[in-house]
Amino acid sequence: MTTDVMGAVFSPRGRTLPVVTVVAAILVLWYLLAIALNWSQVEAKLSAGGTPPAVSDVVAGTWAMDRPVLPAPHQVIAEFWKTTVEVSPSSKRSLVYHAWITASATMLGFAFGVILGMLLAAGIVHVRTLDRSLMPWIIASQTVPILAIAPMIIVILGSIGMVGLVPKAIISMYLCFFPVTIGMVKGLRSPDPLQIDLMRTYSATAWQVFWKLRMPASVPFLFASMKVAIAISLVGTIVGELPTGASGGIGARLLTGSYYGQTIQIWSALLMAAILGSVLVYAMGGIERLTLRRMGSRA
Amino acid sequence: MPSDGGTRLLGVPAPAARHEVGTGVAGDVVIDIRNLSLTFETADTPVQALSDINLEVRAGEFVSLIGPSGCGKTTLMRIVADLEQPTGGQALVNGMTPAEARLKRAYGYVFQAPALYPWRNVLGNVTLPHEIFGLSKAEREEKAKRYLDLVGLTGFERKFPWQLSGGMQQRVSIARALSFDPQILLMDEPFGALDEITRDRMNEELLSIWHKTGKTVIFVTHSIDEAVLLSTRIVVMSARPGRIVEVIDSTLPPERSLETRESPAAVALAHRVREGLKAGHSYDD
Amino acid sequence: MKGRFAAFLPLGFIASMCIIFSFWLPLGVYDDDVVFWKQFPAAFITMLVGLLGLAVAPYPIVRLVALLIAAAALIPLPTAELQMGLSASGFWLALIGVALFAWTVMADFAAMRRNRWRDILIPLLFGLLLVYLWQAIVVGFAVPAVLLPTPTAIAAAIGNGAATLADDFRQTFLKAVLAGFFLGNLIGFATALLADRIPFVQRGLLPLGNFASAVPIIGIAPIMVMWFGFGWESKTAVIVFMIFFPMLVNALAGLNAADRISLDLMRSYGASYGQTLLKLRLPMALPFLFNALKINSTLALIGAIVAEFFGSPTAGMGFRISVEAARMSLDMVWATIAVAAVAGSAFYGILALLERAFTFWHPSYRAQN
Repeated sequence: MTTDVMGAVFSPRGRTLPVVTVVAAILVLWYLLAIALNWSQVEAKLSAGGTPPAVSDVVAGTWAMDRPVLPAPHQVIAEFWKTTVEVSPSSKRSLVYHAWITASATMLGFAFGVILGMLLAAGIVHVRTLDRSLMPWIIASQTVPILAIAPMIIVILGSIGMVGLVPKAIISMYLCFFPVTIGMVKGLRSPDPLQIDLMRTYSATAWQVFWKLRMPASVPFLFASMKVAIAISLVGTIVGELPTGASGGIGARLLTGSYYGQTIQIWSALLMAAILGSVLVYAMGGIERLTLRRMGSRA
Repeated sequence: MPSDGGTRLLGVPAPAARHEVGTGVAGDVVIDIRNLSLTFETADTPVQALSDINLEVRAGEFVSLIGPSGCGKTTLMRIVADLEQPTGGQALVNGMTPAEARLKRAYGYVFQAPALYPWRNVLGNVTLPHEIFGLSKAEREEKAKRYLDLVGLTGFERKFPWQLSGGMQQRVSIARALSFDPQILLMDEPFGALDEITRDRMNEELLSIWHKTGKTVIFVTHSIDEAVLLSTRIVVMSARPGRIVEVIDSTLPPERSLETRESPAAVALAHRVREGLKAGHSYDD
Repeated sequence: MKGRFAAFLPLGFIASMCIIFSFWLPLGVYDDDVVFWKQFPAAFITMLVGLLGLAVAPYPIVRLVALLIAAAALIPLPTAELQMGLSASGFWLALIGVALFAWTVMADFAAMRRNRWRDILIPLLFGLLLVYLWQAIVVGFAVPAVLLPTPTAIAAAIGNGAATLADDFRQTFLKAVLAGFFLGNLIGFATALLADRIPFVQRGLLPLGNFASAVPIIGIAPIMVMWFGFGWESKTAVIVFMIFFPMLVNALAGLNAADRISLDLMRSYGASYGQTLLKLRLPMALPFLFNALKINSTLALIGAIVAEFFGSPTAGMGFRISVEAARMSLDMVWATIAVAAVAGSAFYGILALLERAFTFWHPSYRAQN
């Protein structure tokens, strides 16, 4: 058993050791950078008494500031721990509370976006006029930085009384329908022409061809684009939370942290965002594996 | 029985007629393979791709390696080309190790697929090895044009690979392999992807190129007709483990055409090859 | 020719009926008087001409002209004094008719054989239709400008604020976006080359790259503003972080794209690492690199604008959006968005043209659908 593990970690094609090494290297660099960036402030503070401080004192100080330029990893983790585990999830100071607000808007927007994307894709594949007229605009829509006007959309919708979950979900929906549409169009068109011909010999209707051939063939494409979509949906939600009207969510935390100069708070919110993103994408990957296995894939 | 290092089941004497060769001294041993073995380590059991191969190839010969999939014919050629490393025995090319021979550009390799670069036109593809070897631009183009002429593709220099048919692409690939005048030509099922009619034409052209240039050719195929038509010697191989079953000297005259395939000598030769394949259990499983 | 239109006969028929019925319905209320088509004789005649053309013309081009005439007929109808909303049932019915006719004209073009004009004309027509409907609905239902301005108001704002918009464009695009795009792609590509040389680094970085794609990197914007100040440097830093990983992942995929046979061929020539890289692997990697460049062009613009929400000098597109949004002068906001959209599309378009020039040989360009 241990030999297997050792073999997996140290084998020439293994990935555990390189990843661990790279992460360790990043952490070391992070600590060193923290020393460099926080040095001047700490040195000034410690020299206030008149005597020049010892190097080790300054270094220790750079890793323990209240409002550092760059917080050390352990500071971020400590703050993270404090605001997740040590605080009740229903309090407004809990990162879990904020993460839940963001996550719910993300998932709602994602659901809307996937439905919209699938409907559009089905339309584009079956109606040639729609393909020729709408597709170029869909592609062009992504060069428009919609994310940049997300806060403005929140403000407008807020002025007519729509607040909370739905406006953010709408922004997320706009952002994530695109990869789903593109992926589904590719997927719905992916079956071999031979297969389509076979269906014609059975005189199958377009509806039957869609459900029996095109949809199953497009499942891998759907999941690939859904993983991209959920990550983008998260970004959209966070940016949508930036206007000061937002009362909760990770974006709001980032904003308040930046207004009050609470750098450690910003970093721990970022950590939560990273964890949230990875969990969502990983969960999507898990669903993908389950679905594909049930559909007979060998992976 | 004359001992020349080859493995023979029947004491058939070497054919009297030998082709005139343009370069090198006829009869010199160019490729010398002794006790060559290659064993792959896989997840379950080790696979013996090649087991104790002994073979001599002389200058100017056209040697075909024929056998079922997995008999090691491609692997054998790749070892000669220094694209694989053996686990036992040795192979010598012109008296050097395959690695040294590769760096001295002793051979040209033609793969199953044309392996042309789609972003270069035909001329650019044929001059590729020369660019790497560092020839001057004028020299490169002159040589390239000469060999394109040899394969019958003059006038196609500016075309791109996807504008040519499969057969034409393979001809460009052959021109590229010949363009730096290597002594040896290694060809791995070069016509396998072509239809039979194109294949026949390519075989004719290859024969004519071989006559004109006098290269030593090692040719991997799984077509008995092709092997019979083209070769001076046919090496029959078998799988599990990869080994040489029989080496057959061709009884056909040096001047050949597609009609030669229907001559009684050719039919008898093909029959012998088939028997050799059967003896190696190639038709089982 | 008749046969090609037969499939759309029902649709064209419905559209004609919509327009004809609208002649008996009110177009709105003016000073408590109900207004009808007959009070606008010029528009009425124009609409009839357009309708006739759409109904009988055999060639798609003629039908297109007739459509434009019919659409032009409706334009002068909504005036500032006319109260429309739901009372203008005639107007809306005629509008629906025009929209349905537009669809049939687009369908005619879509059914034509492939030619250069067709691929541009249809989406163009569709876009014009959307703008047309946008204007009609906003004016007809008197949507407050605070919620959604008309396209004409936005055009006016662009014209009036041209100098400001140009300044913003210079600040955001020419400084932050271009610098960040160049730097981020360069660092990403250089790292990919390093990882290619040292497989250990590649195996360590690639999983991290996939992890990073799930993380909203834009969240570092406030931190970058804190470190680099309000100027364009902080926005460049944000962009570099955002586009580093897409370039890294794509470049690595591209460098690994060369097939076995071609690599063997290079080996048989005794080619060095550098020669193999330059003559085989880099050309093979170009499609992947351009894919990354196109993705990054969008990310760079977004990164710069969003980063400006967290702090910027008194110029910049993100700055303009947040300031004008706070002042509720939305036409300026939309004008800035329009400029950003054009800039983003032009940037993407240039990259697409470069891609076509450098990767003309790739099968995806040769396959005609």
